[in-house]
Amino acid sequence: MEQDITLKIKDREGVLHEILAPTDMAMNLMEVVRSYELAPEGTIGICGGMAMCASCQCYVESDHELPEMGPDEDMMLAEAFHVKENSRLGCQIQITPEMDGLEIELAPES
Amino acid sequence: MITTDILIIGAGPTGLFTVFEAGLLKLRCHLIDALPQAGGQCSEIYPKKPIYDIPAYPEILAGDLTDKLLEQIKQFEPGFTLGERAETIEKQEDGSFVVTTNKGTQHKAPIVAIAGGLGSFEPRKPPIPQIEKFEDKGVEYMIREPELYRDKDVVISGGGDSALDWSIFLTDVAKSVTLIHRRNEFRGALDSVEKVQELKNSGKINLITPAEVVDIVGESKLTGVVVKQKDKENFILEADHFIPLFGLSPKLGPIANWGLEIEKNAIKVNNALDYQTNIPGIYAIGDVNTYPGKLKLILCGFHEATLMCQSAYQRIFPNKKYVMKYTTVGGVDGFDGTRKEAPKAVIKSID
Repeated sequence: MEQDITLKIKDREGVLHEILAPTDMAMNLMEVVRSYELAPEGTIGICGGMAMCASCQCYVESDHELPEMGPDEDMMLAEAFHVKENSRLGCQIQITPEMDGLEIELAPES
Repeated sequence: MITTDILIIGAGPTGLFTVFEAGLLKLRCHLIDALPQAGGQCSEIYPKKPIYDIPAYPEILAGDLTDKLLEQIKQFEPGFTLGERAETIEKQEDGSFVVTTNKGTQHKAPIVAIAGGLGSFEPRKPPIPQIEKFEDKGVEYMIREPELYRDKDVVISGGGDSALDWSIFLTDVAKSVTLIHRRNEFRGALDSVEKVQELKNSGKINLITPAEVVDIVGESKLTGVVVKQKDKENFILEADHFIPLFGLSPKLGPIANWGLEIEKNAIKVNNALDYQTNIPGIYAIGDVNTYPGKLKLILCGFHEATLMCQSAYQRIFPNKKYVMKYTTVGGVDGFDGTRKEAPKAVIKSID
């Protein structure tokens, strides 16, 4: 069994949470945020993780190398609000051991 | 006033399947949905996405699932109030409920089943200061009456099909059409993108990319928008109407004010018994409800709808005894006079 990794996630209230995320459960970042209830139910992952709603948008604050953005994620971010240069959709980022120490901030709800 | 046995709020998969289970019990149903078509998320958000966990369907497109459900319930002749949002509910002296929509359509039923999924779909509003102040005073999030824009200067923002299609349509109506999008690429049908390109080339559409509307100009009504374009200074674009088209987002909406017990944006129900809410006669089924161990899956919604209908029957007919029958045994009697039943075995005697 692979080890858990540590993630630092700033919620929409500005509170920083340091949490452990499993690398062996095929979870994505949005699902980790939901499982730790870092955002109210119904405000994150609304489309279920299909890159179709942008409710899981987050800002990547550390310099980890993340998987390249796919066309669905890219086009969804083209229409999302509060988008920055470091915006990503949490649902499109699978948790891997290389992400240990990743720091993100949840984008405002929209 | 529309009257029925079970008033279903939400025409997604759970709401649609409720019609079937109610029909087996000879209960009539009417559905209300804020969207203009049945199917809920399946038809609005991901009609072309395959679903893999519907029993007996190794794979089915969400839109096809809606079509199959509509086909399955056709014989029970459900009524629909589509494109209207359930706004208020009032309990009557006889114990029934009257639900009124935002357009004033009234519905009366002894049983209300909320199958509202994630809620009613509301337009996604861009984070522009004081945009609410200009709503219906030059800012509209959807186009209901195209004639409103005749000979007007219209600004549309967005990069999807709605923004493209309405920009194309309004070129024949409005005095001017400006389409503003944050990217040069559009997420729409190729035909629509090409048509906008043609209209831009012929000067019929003013296309501003990569750019976005960041503010609104006006006093009592909108007179223009502030545009932020990459590598340029912000500028004001005069306009009579600004139409941001950024899709829809589900919100629990007015249901949240009906006195129902809400937890984590969902309606608490009694899952040990019948998925009834804290208000007797009002049930919540599918993604809209919550209880210990809840799973937001279509198949769970089907199960909840089935149990809920049995309970609803007992509420409507407290003195009648009912024994659950298998459709393989009892067949299905449609309200339209049709009957489906298993073929009878052919018995032949042997001399």
